[in-house]
Amino acid sequence: MATAAQIPPIPAGLAREDLLDLYYYLQLTRALETRLTNLYRQGRVIGGLYSSLGQEGESVASAFALADGDVLSPLIRNLGAMLVKGAKPVEVLRQYMAKRTSPTAGREMNIHFNDLRLGYLGQISHLGDMVPVMAGIALTFKLRGEPRVGLVYVGDGASSTGAFHEGMNFAAAQRVPLVVIVEHNGYAYSTPTTRQSALARLADKAYAYGIPGVTVDGNDVVAVYEVTRTAVARARAGEGGTLIEAVTYRRRGHAQHDDQRYQSTDEIARWEANDPIDRYVAQVTRAGWVGSSELEGIDRRVQAEIDRALEECEDDPLPSPESALTDVYVTPSVTEELWFRRLNA
Amino acid sequence: MATITYRDALNQALREEMQRDDTVFLMGEEVGVYQGAYKVSRGLLEEFGPSRVVDTPIAELSFAGIGVGAAMVGLRPVIEFMTWNFALLAIDQVVNSAAKMLYMSGGQTPMPVVFRGPGGAALQLGAQHSQALEAWFAHVPGLKVVAPATPYDAKGLLKSAIRDNNPVVFLEGEMLYNTKGEVPEEEYAIPLGSAEVKRAGTDVTLVCHSKTVAVALRAADRLADEHGIAAEVVDLRTIRPLDVDTLVTSVRKTNRCVVIEEGWYFCGVGAQVVDELQREAFDHLDAPILRVTQADVPMPYNKLLERAAKPSPEQVLEAVRRVAYLER
Ligand SMILES: Cc1ncc(C[n+]2csc(CCOP(=O)(O)OP(=O)(O)O)c2C)c(N)n1
Ligand SMILES: [Mg+2]
Repeated sequence: MATAAQIPPIPAGLAREDLLDLYYYLQLTRALETRLTNLYRQGRVIGGLYSSLGQEGESVASAFALADGDVLSPLIRNLGAMLVKGAKPVEVLRQYMAKRTSPTAGREMNIHFNDLRLGYLGQISHLGDMVPVMAGIALTFKLRGEPRVGLVYVGDGASSTGAFHEGMNFAAAQRVPLVVIVEHNGYAYSTPTTRQSALARLADKAYAYGIPGVTVDGNDVVAVYEVTRTAVARARAGEGGTLIEAVTYRRRGHAQHDDQRYQSTDEIARWEANDPIDRYVAQVTRAGWVGSSELEGIDRRVQAEIDRALEECEDDPLPSPESALTDVYVTPSVTEELWFRRLNA
Repeated sequence: MATITYRDALNQALREEMQRDDTVFLMGEEVGVYQGAYKVSRGLLEEFGPSRVVDTPIAELSFAGIGVGAAMVGLRPVIEFMTWNFALLAIDQVVNSAAKMLYMSGGQTPMPVVFRGPGGAALQLGAQHSQALEAWFAHVPGLKVVAPATPYDAKGLLKSAIRDNNPVVFLEGEMLYNTKGEVPEEEYAIPLGSAEVKRAGTDVTLVCHSKTVAVALRAADRLADEHGIAAEVVDLRTIRPLDVDTLVTSVRKTNRCVVIEEGWYFCGVGAQVVDELQREAFDHLDAPILRVTQADVPMPYNKLLERAAKPSPEQVLEAVRRVAYLER
């Protein structure tokens, strides 16, 4: 470990506390997904369960670059981004176990839930569809003169959709404060990115829209943070959006049911050696920014928090069947206060 | 006869049609190397190569349109949607291009394309992944709409769909892929537009298609056991063109009818069935026709909610008791 005099400055304007927070969210994401996988194997979670193993770095670090009032929209592998924005492990567990107490009262699955006050919108599962939706949210910020920014995640596969293209084009043409992160993780289901696009660098798609396109090592937590922070500042300053390509790798199959036989074990092993959390730990401890014992303390805190969350909700009731019938229309009104009220109203 | 799965029956139909006619090709997400998200295209890439089994980017609207273009110049594309929920992104090409091209060209441009994939709710996949959309497509003149319930029907109808010179929307049941049934070794095809009586009866007609055939058959068993009611189960097999004759013949015999479907009730398939029957068999009806459908809500995720929202044999029983005036 470096002595005080040799400790290099922490980059990207990050404080020591931030480094610890980032680590907390990285581990919380991984530990929560591990717990969900166990619940899935026990048959207590049904439906789609998708893993972000090996991609937690870009989810967490990019969301960390947002401010209060900003809104992000995750894809299936962005649990980490939602946690950074304030989603609680207990809510995630309730949601997966379809409890009456879940954010959607048992109506929807996995991370399809919103808290627009905290700033996350996890809803449309059709790929690409959230790009125009988030462009609409960010456009509203702009029209109201609010210094708020939207951030939307799409996969390499989702970047082939018409909705992606139309949303990008609109957002760019209107200088909407929308940052788009294309997670280049090598696959869309079993389809390798080479069969998805003729581009080697997906950031080059930005040329078609006339906005900056940046490629970043998605497993370098600090680098992702820095790039996103720059893009967010630019958007907030009214200079328009940025397309960020985060290069990473999907180490698990598409979902629990997929045996990923089309991914070679060598390839997976190579990326395992490039694990974002391992890299982050090495980086921050070697530089002497934080001590290993602090990180171990966080590990224990994370485990305890997830244990507690599961205890808190595992016996929660399931919804009553009749509750399926409400909320199709807003009569009687269920929303006394609309989320999109002005930032400081 | 061999007993095979619904999945394998579809696979056989694709393989045999591709062998028979080299203008037939399959295109969609994951159809080639991965052999289909539901493994319907198992072995086809190996047998026919990448020019006839084409993996696509995630771009439903464009590969539906590519199918339309290819069909206009002499190929017979079979376009697979990973599920029909994703076909909603492509509906413009299905409705505006495929369905209308023949008419708008003054009859010059036939459109021999099949759009196929699984539809309906599986288990706990949530609102956006659990939709039975046959009524949406059946609404559109120019489209044929097929929804088979058994391996035998799946194979025979898919063959006819591929040979048809009209665009065919072919909805498979996601929950049916593993179900088994007898399929003959020898060549056969089932004409589009023919319903089938899946169980004969004299007291009430249960109209159904796709997954709800099993619901109706289970209800028919219980009606026989518990009430001594002989239900006739009519499987539509093809939604459009609708086989009104078979329906009328059945209702003339039974004088009572319950229509079951997986989709929503408003403007559903059953609404059309009821309309045809009230006109063609009015004097033969002893009770208003009742319908059993999905609850009028997006499909909820929780298993109790989902079960409550799906049409069930219990609901069919209750409807039959009402049309038979057994309920007070
Ligand atoms: C429009 C649409 N088509 C198909 C699907 C089915 N589907 C769900 S995830 C997925 C692959 C997504 O790949 P990518 O965008 O690269 O994200 P990743 O899974 O790698 O995170 C597919 C095809 C979908 N959700 N939406
Ligand atoms: Mg991907």
